[in-house]
Amino acid sequence: MSTTERRAESATAEGVHTLAEAVNQALDLAMAEDPSVFCLGEDIEDPIGGVMKATLGLSTKYGRHRVRNTPISEQAIVGAAIGASLAGMRPVAEIMLMDFFAVAMDQVANHAAKLRYMSGGRTNVPITIRTSVGGGRQFAAQHSQSLEAWLMHVPGLKVAVPSTPRDAKGLLASCILDDDPCVHMETMALLFTRGPVPEGRFAIPLGSAEVKRPGDDVTVVTWGWQVPEALAAAEELAGEGTSVEVIDLRTLVPLDRTTVLESVGRTRRAVVVHAATRFAGPGAEVAAVIGEELFGELAAPVARLGAGYAPVPYAAELESRLFPDRHRIADAIRAMA
Amino acid sequence: MGMASQQRSPVERSLPVETAMAIFRTMATIRAMEDRITAGLRSGELRMTYYPVTGQEAIPAAVCAHLRPDDAMVTTYRGMHDCIAKGVPLDEMVAEMCGRSTGTSKGKGGPMHLSDPSSGLMVTTGVVGGGLPIAVGLGLAAQLGGTDRVAVVNFGDGATSIGASHEAANLAALWGLPVVFVCQHNQYGEHTRFGDYTRTARLADRFATYGMAAETVDGNDVLEMYRAAGEAVARARDGGGPTFLECLTYRLDGHAFGTPTDYMDAAELAGARAAEPVGRFRNWLTGPGSVAETTVAAIEHEVAAAVAAAVDAALASPPPGEDELLRDVFSDLADSPR
Repeated sequence: MSTTERRAESATAEGVHTLAEAVNQALDLAMAEDPSVFCLGEDIEDPIGGVMKATLGLSTKYGRHRVRNTPISEQAIVGAAIGASLAGMRPVAEIMLMDFFAVAMDQVANHAAKLRYMSGGRTNVPITIRTSVGGGRQFAAQHSQSLEAWLMHVPGLKVAVPSTPRDAKGLLASCILDDDPCVHMETMALLFTRGPVPEGRFAIPLGSAEVKRPGDDVTVVTWGWQVPEALAAAEELAGEGTSVEVIDLRTLVPLDRTTVLESVGRTRRAVVVHAATRFAGPGAEVAAVIGEELFGELAAPVARLGAGYAPVPYAAELESRLFPDRHRIADAIRAMA
Repeated sequence: MGMASQQRSPVERSLPVETAMAIFRTMATIRAMEDRITAGLRSGELRMTYYPVTGQEAIPAAVCAHLRPDDAMVTTYRGMHDCIAKGVPLDEMVAEMCGRSTGTSKGKGGPMHLSDPSSGLMVTTGVVGGGLPIAVGLGLAAQLGGTDRVAVVNFGDGATSIGASHEAANLAALWGLPVVFVCQHNQYGEHTRFGDYTRTARLADRFATYGMAAETVDGNDVLEMYRAAGEAVARARDGGGPTFLECLTYRLDGHAFGTPTDYMDAAELAGARAAEPVGRFRNWLTGPGSVAETTVAAIEHEVAAAVAAAVDAALASPPPGEDELLRDVFSDLADSPR
């Protein structure tokens, strides 16, 4: 946790909110403070307020010119955000589900990510794309994918994945203020869980992981949906005498190598866990960083847990076998410790 | 008409003389630049991927006669003419095309990604149709900011086949945005003739159905282009919403420099070459009772010298240093993964 964050935290009181409400607060504060911030996306105006209710009340408060419903046009949504940002605005676009990035990817990967570099630093693209990430809810193959590896692989995009309401408020605030294109992944399985959220202005710097639970024997590096699963596994293993440290990366780009390497340098054992497909998944990058920096000090090869190599199935009995969970994380740690 | 108007020249009766001369200067600069670049490519003096613009000079020259520096423009990889018309400095433009440190983007964008925010040329995309949604956003920012700025996006007829252009047109019309869609209909989508990729006869008809003004004009007729662009820009500036201009022209070369043209109809191409717009406008300007031949020739001499100097300066300037390699990915280098 950085000094700035600590200071911001101590200065505020806390309320208890869902992750969706925390997103709403971050948007509300950003729009209140900065007239260049506006939102666009499908069904985000009241009375719907977004299919995940994250923008509820904002079009009523700020007007339909600043919280704008769009047609079902993902390329136009992202492209319009990019164009407006080139003219000094700070747009927050909503792509209803991460799977629909496939439809918008030319604007995301070829334009948003590259315009700064292609212009030699003369044009910034300060946009934020908010998106819901499915999985575990029987939404099947086209509404359940965690595709952060796509974004991480294109230089020029920042990727934030909050696992708590508090982090959602703080990370989204930083994304909106950032001068580069940011994707804020809002995990559906966590959207309506409640947790403490600082009232008022609150930001978490991008690129700062958080040690969610300190431990000595094994480090679990994870993010998003799998954070509460890893914490549950750590709790279970504590009863067996294994001390597990759990790190929530919170942002994948920038990647907080320091926190990861400091932890694994102590525990000498690491498990990387994510809901994205294991093969060529983001965990491979994290594992490689650990291997490159700590090869001689590791007591075991870095383990990776991710979704199996298949489209997300519909049947609940199958879907629950595709993704990691607390039991499989615990098993992986036992095998290592 | 009174005596006064009868005494005015054909040029004076059509548009202000200084405007006509400015448009001619722009067109002559574009032509001189293309001639210089292609000569350099042929001799091996220059090396780049280049998409010829000869035959399409009148369109941006006439459109930009109605624009201010703070109006935004987006174009495509076949966009050297658009850049010159919008006012991108020649020296920096050529240096960028040559990958030099003095280029608009320090040599990191290249000929397919020219941009110069100080002259309003915001984006050149290498993806067909990718610029239209971005122009919609530039128009949206103008509208939200309460300004009377206009966003113009140039693209070829080929871009009308890709979904992004339709999403953009629909959104611009829905929101009444100050966007001018300038379709430079040069009869070819890469190596395929217009009639071989669509059954639509008039692209303006297709885009009119989105609920915006749409017109088909002779894109090689400066006076027609000047009138149509003037109406479209004024409509956008006055809050009247977007316009789709289908500007009929003809691509007088292959898709990229040095690529074959054997899929093009030889007789049709010869006819189009004979009717190319720079000579056509020059003849009209220097017609009886109009601008003196010496005046026009002086402009041609000046722009040729400016073009030659720009190319010389580019070739004399160094490539970007290695410290530029990883810079400008993010606004802060410290955010970049290692």
